[in-house]
Amino acid sequence: MGSELELIEQARRGDAGAFSELVNRYDRKIYRLARHITQHEEDAEDVLQETFLKAFANLGQFQGHSKLYTWLVRIAVNESLMKLRQRKADKLVSLDEPLNTEEDSVPRQIAAWDENPEQRYGRAEINAILTQVIESLAPAFRTVFWLRDVEELSTEETAAALNLSIPAVKSRLLRARLQLREKLNKVFRRHGNNAPVHV
Amino acid sequence: MGTTRQFTCKHLLAELTDYLDDALEPEMRIQLEAHLAKCPNCWVVCDTTRKTIQVFKGMEPYPLPEDVKSRLARALHKRSSHAGQG
Repeated sequence: MGSELELIEQARRGDAGAFSELVNRYDRKIYRLARHITQHEEDAEDVLQETFLKAFANLGQFQGHSKLYTWLVRIAVNESLMKLRQRKADKLVSLDEPLNTEEDSVPRQIAAWDENPEQRYGRAEINAILTQVIESLAPAFRTVFWLRDVEELSTEETAAALNLSIPAVKSRLLRARLQLREKLNKVFRRHGNNAPVHV
Repeated sequence: MGTTRQFTCKHLLAELTDYLDDALEPEMRIQLEAHLAKCPNCWVVCDTTRKTIQVFKGMEPYPLPEDVKSRLARALHKRSSHAGQG
């Protein structure tokens, strides 16, 4: 298995096997990202295909200043947003519009959570809860949260991938984290009888 | 204390993201942690926000369905064959 740069070089020279290896490294992540943005299985598959077809066609333009994954994310996010716009033609779908939210003060919150609150639930159950909760966020929030906190891109990489400023990424990340916390609070806050509560 | 600016709950909110990302300047971190030590509400908000991130990090990845993977492979093969002919 070659290094990423070697594989990119080989793929640029037309080595389909090298490109396939790059695809294998990132296809799950790109699919998952597309699923979270589009919230639609077929659209996510289209995004996955378009992302790698465009990457293949434009590999010569990839400068190598950023990671390949960041470049793929940028293509996938654009493709996903196009899908969202097609499906929600009457709604504005953008990542850089001003977002009015109410999180300008600290939530009043005195209910603590257990150390590992998710352990109250089975694996499938917790995944279903988390999927439902993150999909209830606006695309501008859930995309930033997903890239920063789950895929662990840096703030700079996230800003580059989404074509946002660094302050915009930080602001969206804070709001996404607080909104998710608020939603999960209904599920995870400690109860006297320690009984799980469903959203 | 004297001239030290009072660190409020609002300041906590402004610095929370950098604090959770371990990206705060040491002096700001000390002020923030001093506030957390005396403000139970902010402590809970900070702790539960950190746990929120941890819970999502542990989320099981979507599997890539085999049929999706094979359709992707076919689409790429078709494109690369055309490119080869062109």
